[in-house]
Amino acid sequence: MPVTTINGRGIHVDDEGFLTVYDEWDEDLGKALAAQIGIDMTDAHWKVIRFLREDFATQFETATTRRVETVGGVPTKEQFKLFPKKPQKKMAYIAGLPKPRGCV
Amino acid sequence: MKRLLVLGGGTAGTMVVNKLRPRLPRDDWKITIVDTDNVHYYQPGFLFIPFGIYRPDEVVRPRKRFLPSGVDLLLGAVDRVLPDENRVLLADGKDLPYDYLVIASGTAPHPEETPGMQDEEWRQSVHEFYTLEGATALAEKLQSWEGGRLVVHIVEMPIKCPVAPLEFTFLADAFFTEQGMRDRVEITYVTPLDGAFTKPVASKYLGNMLADRKIVLESDFMIESVDPERRVLVSYDEREIPFDLLVTVPLNKGADFIGRSGLGDELNYVPVDKETLLSKRYDNIFAVGDAADIPTSKAGSVAHFEMDLFPDNFLRHIHGLQMTQKFDGHANCFIETGHGKGLLIDFNYEVEPLPGKFPLPGIGPFSLLKETEMNHWGKVLFRWMYWNVLLPGKELPLPALLSMAGKDTEDLP
Ligand SMILES: Cc1cc2nc3c(=O)[nH]c(=O)nc-3n(C[C@H](O)[C@H](O)[C@H](O)COP(=O)(O)OP(=O)(O)OC[C@H]3O[C@@H](n4cnc5c(N)ncnc54)[C@H](O)[C@@H]3O)c2cc1C
Repeated sequence: MPVTTINGRGIHVDDEGFLTVYDEWDEDLGKALAAQIGIDMTDAHWKVIRFLREDFATQFETATTRRVETVGGVPTKEQFKLFPKKPQKKMAYIAGLPKPRGCV
Repeated sequence: MKRLLVLGGGTAGTMVVNKLRPRLPRDDWKITIVDTDNVHYYQPGFLFIPFGIYRPDEVVRPRKRFLPSGVDLLLGAVDRVLPDENRVLLADGKDLPYDYLVIASGTAPHPEETPGMQDEEWRQSVHEFYTLEGATALAEKLQSWEGGRLVVHIVEMPIKCPVAPLEFTFLADAFFTEQGMRDRVEITYVTPLDGAFTKPVASKYLGNMLADRKIVLESDFMIESVDPERRVLVSYDEREIPFDLLVTVPLNKGADFIGRSGLGDELNYVPVDKETLLSKRYDNIFAVGDAADIPTSKAGSVAHFEMDLFPDNFLRHIHGLQMTQKFDGHANCFIETGHGKGLLIDFNYEVEPLPGKFPLPGIGPFSLLKETEMNHWGKVLFRWMYWNVLLPGKELPLPALLSMAGKDTEDLP
């Protein structure tokens, strides 16, 4: 499992850079991860990321775009505005969660 | 008298009662299965109807024919489950108490969930083949279609039989070639996934097969709406794909009663333990087949492999013993590729589809991830097997759990 350094801290990531250890994440790190993919975090962004973190803690799975809409209350259209092009992947990346499992 | 109630008499529900009836003493257990009607569909056959390969009457049989004696079939729509009271209410007011409940209500297409899809172009230039009605309407359309832009499309994952839209695309390519009009048809395959399929090795292989057939792949496409007037698909990131004929797989969702009963996730699938299929919240409710939220394909083959393990677990569970059989998500799908050939994939929760031979290493007769005529015959024979072997719950000479023997692992990263 590769280890990378962000903000002077060693963290575990998978081949594509998604964090693999839930507890290695905090909001500072989230901000740094967002910056790496060109996203400047606002309150609207944090609302989504915090939902993803809390949801994962009980579901052990990264919420899908649909779940962020129906359970988290953020419409898909807005997710696309906040995290352009590939919201599902970008949200997971910033929230330090596994890439949403490719639905089988 | 104990009561086992099964909701849904499709592939999985039918197998459940066929497997359990002989193992639950008739003096102690009453078994009832509920479905809305008495028509059992062989859904894999829907794929072939648009191309005139199967006729509609070849894919329907009365449900009753596949149910053993000692099982009551009750016709009616489930309105809701009251899991804290161990009761099920039907829309006609019937009230069914249970000791154990097995939810087998599958998943179904919901075109009304995508704005514009079911408007004036529905069944005109906008089609689907996930229902018998839709497949039949599409057959009629294809008979007189003169060509243009054909767009094959998936709204959102998961869908049942995730390979079916790819198969439709390959069969369409073959169909138009045989009709001598392939040069008048532009085919585009539109998916919310980042490639042709979900798992890397198969995705690459199937992606190449699309390219070889001059089919354009449009990936990462999350649809927002269909514009029926301009005949375009519009995505959330404002891409547009024009069509003359759209064949879509609408959003697939579990039964509404699951949502109404508070038993489902955001797509009305029942959260269960992925190894035992027992509800995560209720100790006397199981969900089997497409109705469950397990992370494997929604497919008849999965329901079949589940049923090799489920009956033992069920019997142990009702006797207060720990369930010992662990389902691994095994799925096995034949993929029609046109011109009398087919492909086979075999995978589970952990192992992605790989090349090789199945079920006997080195021998087959089926080849994994490779187009052969034998694989096509496997699919053709499957219809006979479905009615005569699978539904009645007879044994198939296939292992329930995935085996690595016969698989080539060199393509793995
Ligand atoms: C076009 C197509 C091609 C396919 N090809 C393949 C293939 O090649 N190989 C393969 O393995 N699988 C294939 N499948 C998938 C396969 O058909 C399903 O995965 C399988 O039928 C699932 O079984 P099930 O019992 O979970 O659901 P179903 O067989 O769909 O049964 C669910 C039952 O529940 C009933 N029900 C739902 N709601 C209610 C209610 N409120 N009240 C009462 N009853 C209700 C329904 O009437 C239905 O009879 C294909 C599916 C389609 C659509």
